[in-house]
This record gives sequence, structure tokens and C-alpha cells, in this order.
Amino acid sequence: MPKLTIDGKEIEVPAGTTIIQAADKLGITIPRYCYHEALPVSGNCRICMVEVEKMPKLQIACYTPVAEGMVVKTTSPKVIDVRKVVLGYLLVNHPLDCPVCDQAGECKLQDYYMEHGQYDSALNDVKVKKEKKAISLGPTVMLDQERCILCTRCVRFTDNISKTHEFGVFDRGDHSQLDLYPGKELNNNYSGNVVDICPVGALTDKDFRFKCRVWYLDKTKSVCPGCSTGCNITVEWDKSRPHRQKKDRVMRLKPRLNPNVNAYWMCDTGRYNYHFIDQNRIVAPQLKNDLISWPQAIDTVVNAVKAVKDPNRIGVIASAQLTNEDLFAVRKLFKDNLKVSNVDFRVPEQPGKSDDFLLKADRNPNTAGASAILAPNDGTTQAIIEKAKKGELDVLYVFGQDLVKLYGKETVAQIRKSTKMFVYQGSNINDTCSYAHLNLPSAVYAEKDGTFTNFQNRVQRISPAFMPLGEAKGDWEILSLLSEKIGPAFPYRKSQDVFKAVTEAVAPFAEMTYEKIADQGLVLRT
Amino acid sequence: METPKRRAELEKYYDPNSTFGHLRVAQMKRSWKLKNRRELTWWESTYIPTLFSGVWLTSAHFFRNLGLHILHQVGLKKDVRAAATYQYPEEKRPLALRARTRHRLTKREDGTPRCVACMMCETVCPARCIEITAAEHPDPNIEKFPAEFILDLGKCVYCGFCVEVCPEDAIRMDTQRLDIAEYSRESMIYNKERLMNG
Repeated sequence: MPKLTIDGKEIEVPAGTTIIQAADKLGITIPRYCYHEALPVSGNCRICMVEVEKMPKLQIACYTPVAEGMVVKTTSPKVIDVRKVVLGYLLVNHPLDCPVCDQAGECKLQDYYMEHGQYDSALNDVKVKKEKKAISLGPTVMLDQERCILCTRCVRFTDNISKTHEFGVFDRGDHSQLDLYPGKELNNNYSGNVVDICPVGALTDKDFRFKCRVWYLDKTKSVCPGCSTGCNITVEWDKSRPHRQKKDRVMRLKPRLNPNVNAYWMCDTGRYNYHFIDQNRIVAPQLKNDLISWPQAIDTVVNAVKAVKDPNRIGVIASAQLTNEDLFAVRKLFKDNLKVSNVDFRVPEQPGKSDDFLLKADRNPNTAGASAILAPNDGTTQAIIEKAKKGELDVLYVFGQDLVKLYGKETVAQIRKSTKMFVYQGSNINDTCSYAHLNLPSAVYAEKDGTFTNFQNRVQRISPAFMPLGEAKGDWEILSLLSEKIGPAFPYRKSQDVFKAVTEAVAPFAEMTYEKIADQGLVLRT
Repeated sequence: METPKRRAELEKYYDPNSTFGHLRVAQMKRSWKLKNRRELTWWESTYIPTLFSGVWLTSAHFFRNLGLHILHQVGLKKDVRAAATYQYPEEKRPLALRARTRHRLTKREDGTPRCVACMMCETVCPARCIEITAAEHPDPNIEKFPAEFILDLGKCVYCGFCVEVCPEDAIRMDTQRLDIAEYSRESMIYNKERLMNG
């Protein structure tokens, strides 16, 4: 284990570590363009030069292995001077596109220029113009060759991570340019990641293009609800423009580092799966064709439930899209308090496409949590549907499951006729809504505080980015309102209280808290 | 009317050296003056003395201006200025060239807006009266253009930051138009076409 000193701080790291990794461990940031922790080292951008004592020349921090007794300086005048020169060269052919560039505001070229720029240009010649500007590489990514600084991060990503080999650098000298191999198209399920790793504005996201400037965005830590992998994400939403409230709130999703789950990446399926947050939402409780207030809606459900004498005449179809807290509220209200046995969340869904990297066939984020909390008997859902069709159920309570898609129109129309109260509690409008007697608006994941349990049984936290749209409420909050009338009332005031009850009642969750779950999650006990 | 005691009282609450402190001190003084206004005497409350002093003041100005204008006509007393009247709105008072007046969007040679929708003005605007919706320009060398550019003059404070910050000289406040009164708030909201052509 060699010991070295960086900027006067000592650190001991395993042999073979590079200087930049050691500096990152110490919290010393060395500028970088081509270096990325998850990609092989290329060493072409030269911005990470550091001074190592007793070495005649400056060394690149990303490719110099540490040695015993090494003394590294990252901010000496010599280093700063070289950074200025390197930046000067990188900017020789870089266009002054910042006003129209989507990367402006989170561009490393801008950031380092503010710190180390020369400001007075030493360039006399005209910039070399590249052939193509604003060209479409595929369904998700746009390329601007002029802005590219040829760090080859995207080339290494498609070679080593997605293994699809689309990108290459062609020609030489100042004619060299990034492009796709002839006849190829950047169309794989991980193509959005090249936008994240591009340190400049060469690769931009078509979905986000010109939609919003990045300095308007607020970032909330969350977990992707797209599949059971539960990739860690940040929900980036338009916060600082209150005069724009009528527009969509969520602007984009970005992956968040979690080495145990998704590392730096996320799939395109999840990345562009956010439009449902602002579009096509149920915004107010609706009884048949009339919009009603929340107290009226709660009374309607409570009267229907109280009129049922036999708890076996109530059916509940929950969903693995709900958080652990919501599912626990379902269990507590229906299973424990009302003694309903017809509670299940598993529906015969068509499994989605999956791959061997991040995307899983199970498109629900909380299947593991739902199994642990509700622990249903096999075949319950089918039994509930059969009973509802035969008229053996008076109340059917459905959480966000599109029954029309799963069982067909005839079955759901039959259920509407044979049940006295068919409640649909969900966030978005779908075909089932029109068949339900009562629609209750619930919050989507970006408006909820709670936890999801992914396929590795890792419990991960989602945080609310903003208030629910319209009159929507969180699922457990709606059930809490119901419990006040049905009794006994839930003693919970916030999600944390519900989660505390989960940890006490469900053994695998024992001794977990939101603080312990933090950003990286905790694995369920087995 | 500021006594040392009063001064001490003011400074106890407001530090005149703090941000906007001097404004708060001035506000306090004004409210104190309003509260401690002198009662009118009986003679004053008939308004006869003020009526006559008013008539005296107005007619003094009238005859002074009349006399001076007559003298100017015959070429005398040219160095003494007399009041001038503009027949507004037919005749407009000249404005300084640098006066900040209603905005306009400048155009390229082909008549499209110079604006590239970088949203610098929207970002810097302290009144948040600008709202730009960007879109893809057919020419890849321009790339971005404003599909909609909405400026709410009902909110605008005429600070001129938008003009100062614009990297493309696309917005200017040089129309020399200040008569922007309207009958509704909605008609104070200018869109792209109105800003380019009006």
C-alpha cells in the first residue's frame, strides 16, 4: 500500500491506483475531460496535469500510478499555467455557441474557463469549421461536431459499456472529428448516457433539446419506477420559473451514482419515461360523471365499505408501483382492520423487454417490497376477478392497475355491473377509469415520499420533488383519510411514521430508517 | 423637524448604513411628519388665503411667460427661458436617444428575429416578464430561434437589463414609444410579432 502526499494531505491507497483516484478519495478535484471513473483511461485531454516532485515534467493524473513517498501538487503555479495552455488549445476550434448550446451552465469547458481561462485570445487564425452541425445520430441524440473536444468518452462508452461500437474518431489533426461508423445509427437502449458523459455540448439530448436552460432546474433524488432494477436517478424539474407553472414540471431524468445498482448509467426506457408525471393525470375525485370533493369521495367509499357485512365481499387489487409505505397502509386498512382476505398485487402482466445490463422484464419498481408486505396467497387476483364478475364482491378497490388492458373490456364492464362500488385509485387516466364508479386521484412517484424495494431486495428512498398535481394525494394519505371514518384511525402524519410502522410489523424491514437508507439504499434481511 | 432625540430613536431601529437603511430612515421621517402635521387655524381653514396665493402664482407665471414670449418675438431677452407647451399627443416631446422606451426585437436581413432564444434576458429579468419558448431553426448554423417571445409590459420595470445582457443585439429599447397604456392587462402582453413589427 503506497503512501503519498497530495497538496499536503497524506493518503494510503492500493498499488496501481492513479493519482486522480487518490485525489478523488481525498476530496481534491483535479479538472478532467476524458477521464471517467467507469471508462478505461484514454489520457488525451491533458487537462489533469499535476506536478510530481522529482519528476522533470508534469504528469497526467489520470494515468500516472501512485508510488511510495510521491509528493503531488495540483494547484502549483506551473500546473495552473499548463491548464491555461491546454484550455487554449481545446478552445482553438470550439465555436462560441454558448447562447444556443444546451450544455451551457453544466459545461466543463465553461466551468474550467471561468477558473483558468486566458481571457485574451492568443489565436490569430480563423477557426476550422467542421462539416456538420446539429445532426441527428438516432432517435435520442444530436451531434455537433464543432463543439466536440475529442475526449472520446462516448467512443469508450459504446465500446466498453453498451458494447454497440457506434462511435469513432475519423481523420487527423484539426480535421479529426467524431462521427458514427458508416451505415450505423445510435439506437441502443443506453444511448442517452453518452449525453451525460459528454463534458461539452457536442452530444445533446433530443428530448431535452431547447426545452429549458439548465440553471432553471431543481434536482430531487429519486428512484426510477420503470422496472424492478430501481436505478437511482435525479428528477430535474423546472423550479425557478413560477411564471411558467402552466407548462410541464419535469424536464428530464438523470442517473445518479449508486455502485450497487446502476453505477453511472440508466436505460433510455427509464430516462424518457416521465411524461406521465404531468400529462393525462386524474386531478380530482370523480363519481361516475361528476367531479366531487375529497370529503364526499371519502364518504362514498366509507359508506360502501360499511354497508358490506362479510369482509369476503371486498376485493383489493394493489400494485407493485406503490411504495412500501402505501402497500403497508393497504395491508393495515384492508387486511388487518377490515379482515379482507382478497388482497393481491400480482396481475398477469405481459413482461417487457429485458437485457443483461439494467432493464428488467418486471416493469414494477416494488415487486419485492409488495411481496414482503402483502404476502398474498397464490391465485388471489384471478379469484378476485372471477368473484367480481359473478357478483360475489360488493366493493372492488383497484390501485393503478389498468384492468381493461389486463382482462379485456367485457370483463371490466361485467365487473362494473356486478359490483356496487368499483373504486379506481390511480395517478393517470386509462381505459379502466371510465368503467370505475369512483376515480380517486393519487400522486405519482415524483410527488411522494417513500421507499421502493428493487429486485436485489434493496430498499431505496424516493423524495418528493413537488406538490401533487391538482387535488391528488399520496396513496397512503388517502387510505389514512378512509381509516379515520372506518376506524381505527392511522396514527401517521408523514411517510416516515408509516415506514417506522413497516419496520416494526414486517420482519425483513427491521431496524431500517430513512436516515440509514440514505442515498444508496439498504438490503432487506432474509 | 428632526430633534436629536428623534434621530436617536430612528437609529435605534434602523441602521442607516445597512442595505436600503437610508430609505427606511427617510420613510420613518416622512411618516413622523404626517403624524405630527400642524392643525389649520380658522382663517386658514376658509382656504381664502391659499386661493388668492394660488391665483397670484398662476397669473404671475402666465404674465411672465406672455411677456417673455413677446420679447423673444422681437428678438429681446433671448437668454431668459420661458415655459414651452407641447401639443401632446399631436406633438411629442423629444426624448434623449438613450432613453429606455418600449422594447423591440431586431430582425435579420431576411426578416426573421435575430434572437437565438438563449434566455439570458429571461434569466436576468428582475420582474420575470419575459417568457421564451425555443425551437429548432431550419438552418443548422442558427440552430435555435424563439417559437414564441412573450413580454408582459404590465410587469416590466424598464430596467434595461435584457438589452444589456443580450449577446445578439436582438432586443432593444429604442422605439421611443412610451404611450403603451391599454384598457386591459392582457393587451399589455406583447408577443413576438408585436415586438418585431409594432
